[in-house]
Formats: sequence, structure tokens, C-alpha cells
Amino acid sequence: MTTRRSILQTMAAAGALSLWDTPIRYAFANVPTDRRFVVVILRGALDGLAIVPPHGDKDYASTRGVLALSTSGTNPLHDLDGFFGLHPSLTNVKAMYDAKEAAIFHNICSPYRDRSHFDGQNVLETGGTGPHVLQDGWLNRALTPMGLADGQHALAVAQTPPLLLSGPARATSWMPETLPAPTEAFLARVRRMYASDPVLAASLSSAMELQTQAHAAMDDPAMKKPGAGAGYADLTPLFSGGGKLLAAADGPRVAVFDAGGWDTHFNQGAGDGQLARRLQALDQGLDTLKTSLGPAWSKTTVVLATEFGRTVHPNGSNGTDHGTGGAALLLGGAVKGGAVHAEWTGLSASALQDGRDQPPRTDLRALFKGLLAEQMGVPVSALNAAVFPDSGAVKPLSGLIRA
Amino acid sequence: MSQINTAADQPVPLDGSSFKNSGDLVVEMFQYQRDRAMEKRNGTGTDPVKMFFKVKAQEFLDELAARYALGFTTDRPFAERLVWFWSNHFVVSAQNPRAITFVGAFEREAIRPHITGKFEDMVLAAASHPAMLLYLDNAQSIGPHSRAGEFAGKGLNENLGRELMELYTLGVDGGYTQDDVIAMAKILTGWSLSRNGENNGFAYYDNRHEPGDVTLRGRTYPPTLDGGIAAIKDVAHDPATARHIAHKMAIHFIADEPPAESVARLEKVFKETGGDLHALAHAIVEDPNAWKPGPGKMRTPVEYVTAGYRLLDLPKGDNTDKQVRGALAATRLMGQTPLAPPAPKGWPDTSDAWSGPDAVLTRIEWAQQVGQRMPATLDSAAVAEMGVGPLLRPSTKTAMAQAESQPDALALLLSSPEFQRR
Repeated sequence: MTTRRSILQTMAAAGALSLWDTPIRYAFANVPTDRRFVVVILRGALDGLAIVPPHGDKDYASTRGVLALSTSGTNPLHDLDGFFGLHPSLTNVKAMYDAKEAAIFHNICSPYRDRSHFDGQNVLETGGTGPHVLQDGWLNRALTPMGLADGQHALAVAQTPPLLLSGPARATSWMPETLPAPTEAFLARVRRMYASDPVLAASLSSAMELQTQAHAAMDDPAMKKPGAGAGYADLTPLFSGGGKLLAAADGPRVAVFDAGGWDTHFNQGAGDGQLARRLQALDQGLDTLKTSLGPAWSKTTVVLATEFGRTVHPNGSNGTDHGTGGAALLLGGAVKGGAVHAEWTGLSASALQDGRDQPPRTDLRALFKGLLAEQMGVPVSALNAAVFPDSGAVKPLSGLIRA
Repeated sequence: MSQINTAADQPVPLDGSSFKNSGDLVVEMFQYQRDRAMEKRNGTGTDPVKMFFKVKAQEFLDELAARYALGFTTDRPFAERLVWFWSNHFVVSAQNPRAITFVGAFEREAIRPHITGKFEDMVLAAASHPAMLLYLDNAQSIGPHSRAGEFAGKGLNENLGRELMELYTLGVDGGYTQDDVIAMAKILTGWSLSRNGENNGFAYYDNRHEPGDVTLRGRTYPPTLDGGIAAIKDVAHDPATARHIAHKMAIHFIADEPPAESVARLEKVFKETGGDLHALAHAIVEDPNAWKPGPGKMRTPVEYVTAGYRLLDLPKGDNTDKQVRGALAATRLMGQTPLAPPAPKGWPDTSDAWSGPDAVLTRIEWAQQVGQRMPATLDSAAVAEMGVGPLLRPSTKTAMAQAESQPDALALLLSSPEFQRR
């Protein structure tokens, strides 16, 4: 099979790179699937009881105190099934749930049982049984069995791929650009200079291929970087741009987004306040992702996960401290949605992990494994060996994706 | 190494004025809170929230600009490198709206004076600084059985207690439990902000302190300010801390995967000198592994842009202010805003964090932009000879010789692998 990459490699070997001086034309390999799989990492430990309040639990209002949401009053929560609800800010997620395009998981957590953000994120992203047991990301290891390990079909919406997408398989990364783009000729010289530095060479060629595609796919002001004031808060440029790249017929099939800002130790707020605003930005971003994907949304699954949950009771400053179990969201046109999946054990003192946290009743790896199997066709043998080593006892969840 | 014989230099605002200390900043913050309460009651039509944060965001950018300018021109670059390292260890991030006011002052007051002092002094300065007390929520952590706690029904916040041990001293595997986290949080109750700005903004409130002795990792401390200081000094001198700091310094200054003997040497120096940071800085410079040839670590965006400006003797001319702020904008695009990392762990310190596709392309774009702004008469070969010297690769030399123009050649030099790395 002749691809642009293989041509370039041949030319580089022959020392004949002059074709770089002509405008790049794009000839993608056939993409082995039209399905899209997106992971949104919610760094900072998102409070599961805030996004998916179990308002029908008899202990909910009393344990949550100032953080309790209600079905009435200002900023009422969105009721889902009379027992669970969604945070008032998650209007678009609620619409997806009603359209049976959103499923919710509760009392779910990675196998990590301590309370360090950074070790917790390490376990979430590596898919290992403990922190630093594995050196690369489970999604990277899944690219080879998906047939997407060529560097152009796995995308990190970040300057540099996060650990989840780092490893032996190649992935690319993209952020909205603002500096003037260098000429092709200049880049050709840089590329020659990088021939002896494999890391820089691989990064540059990956970025250039994607940049070309980005220019073609979206001559659009929404692709510009957010203004200085918006930067951190506004997630729509990332989701809009990433969504458009994913929508392309020959574009990436797997993508990772990073959205932090969930470490709410102080004045977390309930129906409004700090967390409510952040959730609103996320909700907007997710709606933008859906819009940008266009018809490809029907073939898309988006999973949102965090490193662990937070304490059930508010702490001394109307926030929450690091906990254990939490919630995960599954969205997309390919999702068999409209349900909350939880092995719910209540919020009474005796039901809590260490007397303080939501219990971890479902292993996040079971969800990830089920998604990789049903959405992307990764065989169970690969899931239990290369992708999630030592996870044979963690059975993949099933019935997640529409047939 | 005369560069590290004294405390670090202090940055000066680009307009030549002077920065506020934390005492003044605390007073401003409380005044703002009164203004906001007044506005809520009276509705005077102004928006104190918006005004305050507009001013504070600008002040933060001014602090950063001064920090960059010092990095570009200092004759003690290694001292600045130490400052950057320690500021990325004791993290307070301007991404936190309550901390942004104090982030610049934190580095000036808690980090710069101590880079060649004792580790325990830096820990204490950091843990008692208004920036840290706000960033990790300790200012509002109240002993549930203290007078204030019982009166207001308030309680503990574990954030600083945990990160003080996990990130700043012992390390995550340094031997502590969830009970120790709670113990440290109790020990730190009452550490908060002075209402009138006295004592550089720090105050200890006995009526918020959890009563009773507290046992932390097998040692018992009395419920006083001195008890807290003793507890922090103990964790600062713990063997686990020596190991954690040695490892972190070796990763930063030597290699992503530092040789075990380098880590062991630093650990030994830490233990033998009781955490003397001057001795540790010397040990790094004297470590042969720090000078080994070969593809070095990727420069972080701040290191990279600073190296570029130093190479080209920037800023110069009549819009130096704009050039400094341009450097700041560039590092943001490359993925790093100093003093504003996304989490208390700080900016990553390994090559792979800064060499992703988008990051590398952004560096090349920046290199070309900077090159184009240099005079067409500048002799790029001479700049390369002077600035990179024997490390210049033949392939870079060739590429520069074939460049379309001197600015293009300079841009190639800035993009080259040897300039991306250190």
C-alpha cells in the first residue's frame, strides 16, 4: 500500500526531499473503520454526586448538606428516573439522555484506592493495577488491534499527547493555531535537520500532516485559539476543532480531550457557583462536539472519566476532599443510552468507603473494555493481555453500544 | 559557581516601579471583599469583582514579564534555573482565582530568598505564605472542635495537609496514611491570613486550631504554632524527603531517567547537610552525568524561549516591553504559562511532555517569526558559533548555509535539535 508517509520515508532514505517544496497533497490510507471513539479526561477528581445527584436516596439531602441539589427551587436538577438526576448545568447532556444518546455510570472508579490526583490519573490513563505499573496508555495499546496505529488516526487535542495516548503506537496532536504558519520550503529544511532526531522528526511530520488536513477541513474562525481572557475556561474551541477533525471521512477515529478544573476543595457550590460554571463550560463543549461531528455523531461514542470521586460529605469549607467512587458519562449517537447503571448501595455511613467516600462498585476498566470491544471491535484476548494486562477478572460491560 | 553564592536576584517591573509585598496584597484583597459586600447591599453600579480580577490578571502578567526580562539578561542564569525549579516544586498556580493575586509575590518572597538556603526554611516559607494558604484552601480549614469550628460548624480541609507531604516533602510513597493526612490538616488549622497585612500577610489563629496533641507518623505535636513548625521541620528532614527531592532534582537537571548514582549522591548530600540547597546545587554542577554529551533533555518552553532571546541578545531596540510580552505569549502557545500550571504537581519535567506534534510545530513557527524580526544583516553563522559552539551539528550548519536569508538561517538554528535540547 502506498501512502504519503511511505513515499516520504522512501524519499528521505534516498535523500530526495525536493517534493516537500511543492504544496502538500493528501493521500490517506483507507481507514479501517468509520466508528469514532472519544475519551474526555476530567482531571482533578470530578464530584460524582454533583453531576449525577441521587436525589431519591433517603440520605442524599442530609449527607450533602450545602451541596445538595433539589428538583425544585432555583436551578433545579434534571430528574432522570425519579432517583438519579443530572446537575442543572448539564442541559445538553440531559437532552442527549432523553434522546437515548447518553448513559450514566455511578459508584465507578479505577482500581486505584489512594487519594493522590497524580497517581490516580496515572492508573486511569495507563490502565494498570496500580500507579506506575505500566509506562504507556491503554488507549495507545489499543490502537494496534484497532488497526489505527499509523499516527494519523489517533488524535490528542493538546500540544502533546497525554499519557493515555502515549506509547509505542503513533498518535498525533493538535491545538488551534495562532502563530503564522511557516512556508513549506522552510519546513522541508527543518525536516532534513531533524533526520537524526527521531523524536522531533516524528512529531513534526505528524503535526504537518494533521495541519494540512485541518486547513482543508475547516477554514473557520471557530478554529482560532480562544482570546486571552477565555483561555482556560472556554472549552468550545477545543471541542469544535477536535470534532471537525474527527468528522473528516479520512480523519482520526480515536481522540482524547483533556478538561481539568474539577478539584473543588473550597466553595464548590450546588446549583450555581464554581462547579456549576465549569460544568456549564463542559456541557457547552460537548454540545459543540456533537454539532461539529455532524452525521459522524451517529457513529460516535464519547466516554468521560475522572481519576476518582470526592468525599460524600462537604468538608470544612463547603467543598469536598479527595474520595474514591464517582460517576462516568457515556455519550454519542452510537450509545445505547437513556439509563443509569449503578450498583447503588446508598449513602448511609456504613455503606461508604472508609466511612467517607462513595464505594467503588464498578471498575472503570470494565467500562473501557466493553467500549473498546463493542464500539471498536477490539478482541477480548487483546483487551485482557496487551490493553489491560492482569484484568482477566474484570469482565467487559456489555450492551453499551447500539448494534 | 559564584552564581549561587547568594539568594536569587529579584525581578523589577518593566516600568521601573516596584512590586507589592504580600502584606499589602492581603490588605487589598480584604478591601475588595468589603467592596463586594457593599456593592451587593447597595448596588452602586460598579462591578468590583470584574475590576479586581482585571487588575490582578494584569499584575500577574507584569510579574511574569519582569521574570522573563530577568531571565533574558541575568549574569546568573543558573540561579534563575534554580528559582524556576523550586517554583515548579512549591506550586501555587495563577489558574486559581484566589491565588492569582499572590503568585508573583510567592516566588519573590518564599522561593528566591531560599534557593541557596535550607530546604526546611523554604518549606516553611511556602506553607505559611498567603498564596499557598489560599491555593490549597488551608486559609479556610478550621479545627472542628476549635472555638471557631464549634461556633460556625466548620471543619477541616485536607488539601494542603496532603500535598505538603505528597508533593512538597515525603513524596507519594514516602510513608504516610490517610490518618496522617488528617493529622497534618489538623496541625495546619489556624494557619491563615492576617486581616491587617501584618507579618507579610500570615497569621496563626489559635481559636481555629484543632485542640489536643496530634500524632503524625508516630510523633506527637502540641496544638500550637510551634507544634506545627516542628512537624513541618520533621517531614522536611525525613529520609523520604531527601530521596524525593534528590530524585526530582536529578530528573530536572540531569536526565529524564537519571543514573541511580546521581540520585544517590544528591540524596546523600541532602541527608549530610540537613537539606542545604546550596550544597545540592553544587552537587548538581559537579555531577559528571550532568555534562555528558548526547541528545539532552528537551528544553521546556520557558527555557527554550529564554535561550533564544539570550542567543539573539533580545530584547533590544525601542519596543523591549513588547518583545518581552511576545516571549510570554509564545511560551503559552507552546503549552506552558509559568506559575500557572493546571495542577499542584506543576509543569511536567520530562522531554516527552514538550515534544508532541503541536508543540514542536509551534516552536518552529515561533523560530521563524523571531528570525524574521532580526536584521537581515545579522551574521547567523557567527551567532551559531558564539551561542552553540562545538555542539552545532553538521546538518544544522548545512541547513543554515542553504537558507534563503539570514533570518531564515537564524530560524533554522532556533529550530535545530541541539537548540531544542539542553
